[in-house]
Amino acid sequence: MSFKLDSKIPEGPIQDKWENHKFKCKLVNPSNKRKYTVIVVGTGLAGGSAAASMAELGYNVKSFCIQDTPRRAHSIAAQGGINAAKNYQNDGDSVWRLFYDTVKGGDYRSREANVYRLAQVSNNIIDQCVAQGVPFARDYGGYLDNRSFGGAQVSRTFYAKGQTGQQLLLGAYQSMMKEVAKGKIDLYTRREILDIVVIDGKARGIIVRDLISGDIERHVADAVILASGGYGNVYFLSTNAMASNVGAAWKAYKKGAGFANPCFTQIHPTCIPVHGENQAKLTLMSESLRNDGRVWVPAKADDKRHPNEIPEEERDYYLERIYPSFGNLVPRDVASRNAKTMVDENKGVGDTGVAVYLDFKDAIARDGQPAIEERYGNLFEMYQRITNESPYEQPMRIYPAVHYTMGGLWVDYNLQSTIPGLHVLGEANFSDHGANRLGASALMQGLADGYFVIPYTIGNYFGTNKLEKVDTSHPEFDKAEKAAKAQIDKFLNIKGKRTADDFHKKLGKIMWEHVGMAREEKGLKTAISEIKKLRAEFWTDLKIPGNQDEINRELEKAGRVADFLELGELMARDALTRPESCGGHFRLESQTPENEALRNDEDFAHSAVWEFKGVDDEPARHKEELTFENVPLTQRSYK
Amino acid sequence: MANKEKDITVHLKLWRQKNRKDKGQFDEHTLSGVSTGSSFLEMLDQLNEQLIIEDKAPFAFDHDCREGICGMCSLMINGQAHGPEKATTTCQLHMRSFEDQDTIVIEPWRSSAFPVLKDCVVDRSAFDKVIQAGGFTSVNVGNAQDANAIPIAKENADLAMDAAACIGCGACVASCPNASAMLFTSAKISQLALLPQGKVEAEKRAAKMVEEMDELGFGNCSNHAECEASCPKEINLSNIARMNREFFKSKTFSRKD
Repeated sequence: MSFKLDSKIPEGPIQDKWENHKFKCKLVNPSNKRKYTVIVVGTGLAGGSAAASMAELGYNVKSFCIQDTPRRAHSIAAQGGINAAKNYQNDGDSVWRLFYDTVKGGDYRSREANVYRLAQVSNNIIDQCVAQGVPFARDYGGYLDNRSFGGAQVSRTFYAKGQTGQQLLLGAYQSMMKEVAKGKIDLYTRREILDIVVIDGKARGIIVRDLISGDIERHVADAVILASGGYGNVYFLSTNAMASNVGAAWKAYKKGAGFANPCFTQIHPTCIPVHGENQAKLTLMSESLRNDGRVWVPAKADDKRHPNEIPEEERDYYLERIYPSFGNLVPRDVASRNAKTMVDENKGVGDTGVAVYLDFKDAIARDGQPAIEERYGNLFEMYQRITNESPYEQPMRIYPAVHYTMGGLWVDYNLQSTIPGLHVLGEANFSDHGANRLGASALMQGLADGYFVIPYTIGNYFGTNKLEKVDTSHPEFDKAEKAAKAQIDKFLNIKGKRTADDFHKKLGKIMWEHVGMAREEKGLKTAISEIKKLRAEFWTDLKIPGNQDEINRELEKAGRVADFLELGELMARDALTRPESCGGHFRLESQTPENEALRNDEDFAHSAVWEFKGVDDEPARHKEELTFENVPLTQRSYK
Repeated sequence: MANKEKDITVHLKLWRQKNRKDKGQFDEHTLSGVSTGSSFLEMLDQLNEQLIIEDKAPFAFDHDCREGICGMCSLMINGQAHGPEKATTTCQLHMRSFEDQDTIVIEPWRSSAFPVLKDCVVDRSAFDKVIQAGGFTSVNVGNAQDANAIPIAKENADLAMDAAACIGCGACVASCPNASAMLFTSAKISQLALLPQGKVEAEKRAAKMVEEMDELGFGNCSNHAECEASCPKEINLSNIARMNREFFKSKTFSRKD
């Protein structure tokens, strides 16, 4: 084994671990902080908050993003809200309960110590955001309002209309801009990461392409932080932004960073269904809609009547029927899987038959249309713009879509990967959500990592490591740049017949069919061989117009698709070697008699961490055993 | 059920410009088999797939989230920023807003503060500079008190949220005959002016942001209100009035630097 998985979980009772650890972390004195430079890749909630808070501490930060400004990172699209254990509603919430819910919601495949810390700092996040001027929803007394969200029985979700991600991101962005103005953050926009530079075993820099000029640049630093988001776009159709990609994380994996649980993907239950072949992305409808909307399908198969013509007694409100205690608020994985079951039983609705209804009729009758409009007006408008149907007049049609990836680069308690100096934050890492993420937890994790964890642990890294002085003339930079340029030349010289999107769509179909909501051995093996075949075709038949020294969107896409064609295979392999069901990973071979996910704790209470061995060689599978001392392992039940 | 979608043919006049220095010109293309259920950008994806196969250069435009929230997409469509639908970004515009055989003219945002980089891709980094001049509260992580320590009247919180909904797309600038960035700038000034957390630095914020805006080459406001009409998030013109009051206070009552 070439890398050792030491999770570095601090000693002591779980409540004290983080406090003890912070005290033990080495400090860098204020006048020395300015001698360190940190590269931060990505400007979403994790990267933006990390860049801002490290700059505030006095480090020199170089921040990189793919869009034209940091404010556009895809965190901006998160609608519903952010969890915190404030217990402002006096409804029995606590740090312990948030911790407990998150471990259980993750189906016991996350690391207890990390999750506890997440719950602990959740309250600080809300304080920080309010101080930044984030306009959270308030009640008539002027105090913060909360709502409940899937998988929780308390109201702990803070929100800003249906635009919570936007407002939190703008808070982090504004903090960044404050530091840019002070000269503590150098901003590099419209840059794509082509490689991570590792010198003497430590991450010391990156190679990037300027997406305007095409110039290949070298950047050196004392540590590198990846906050580059998830890899849901491997499915082509997902709720991710068009430019979301696995590039930075994948390059790190190929340089020796372990990739953990790549098959743990979240299929979000409430998205607008696919309409046709030219569709480029899917749109999420916030899960908060399930607070008032009731999910149903016609009770008998192949019922093609208009929904408003189907009488009550011929409707099957299946979530309420199967899960009487959680009803429509069951966690995402459970809701998604049940929607698929209904469609598989030919009870799907709409033109394609691949959708279920989310109905607000009863909520409108109970609370009045103005109240519903106040809560969900912007979502209803968005739905109507896309589908040309009004949710006030007929039920929404929804269907699950790829939304979030719980897997990612393996990190220890300090958020450091298996490459010293390479830290990974937010969705790009794997640590906090296990096999299923609860609603309103992604924003919490991104900001926890960036505002409240990395500022401490990065100091500890600098305080405990002696870093040799290096600059961009180091031979490792030469090597990395040469390889990056060679790959670009290769793309341009294939001169085949098919576009990058064409390959991407084919890959997406393989992934959705075999590595989607239900997985089984045969299909996963088919996926591996089909992806290998597709990858070979890609490298012989790709067509890229134009040149390297200009804005060239097709060239950008080619690089991303090349990475996805390798990642897809690893995901299938990971799913294949985990023959249990847990959270979003559902193996048909492993179900309870009621068709719920059946875990195998004896053999699989671990994170699978993959080590790269070569593109066409089998990667090595390592394990980080998970122990549950505070939340007893039980079969999840939402009935 | 949804109105049945159909396939239409559209004639496109696209602004093509190789780079910042190129003069640029319109190119014409006809695209058939466009589903009225497709989004406007999916129609352009379809065009690009066709152009690549025909060995022609694909058309460059900005886009990312395709959910109407990131603010990356732009495009003047038949002379209207983000096209004909009210309160809709280009990525949320659908082809059912067009008829079979329509001619659609597509141009970039035009403003000297937003130089064209290629085709319809423009440089909007000037907006970041406006925010850097003061569009924040100077609160370092670790300082914050309990989030409920200061109650905020719901009405003010809601108005602040309405202003904060700005996505920074630049449609306001592109639509304004003066290429003014006042709606954008005022949205941030307003949000922070309405909240107690923003009051601490209010004395200088408006003056600093407005001065930066002027320096970057954005024009002045002469009450055309095109900005409000084109804003995909319906940011209200009253924010400019609030900004002007803040600016006046800034200039009149501020202690000298």
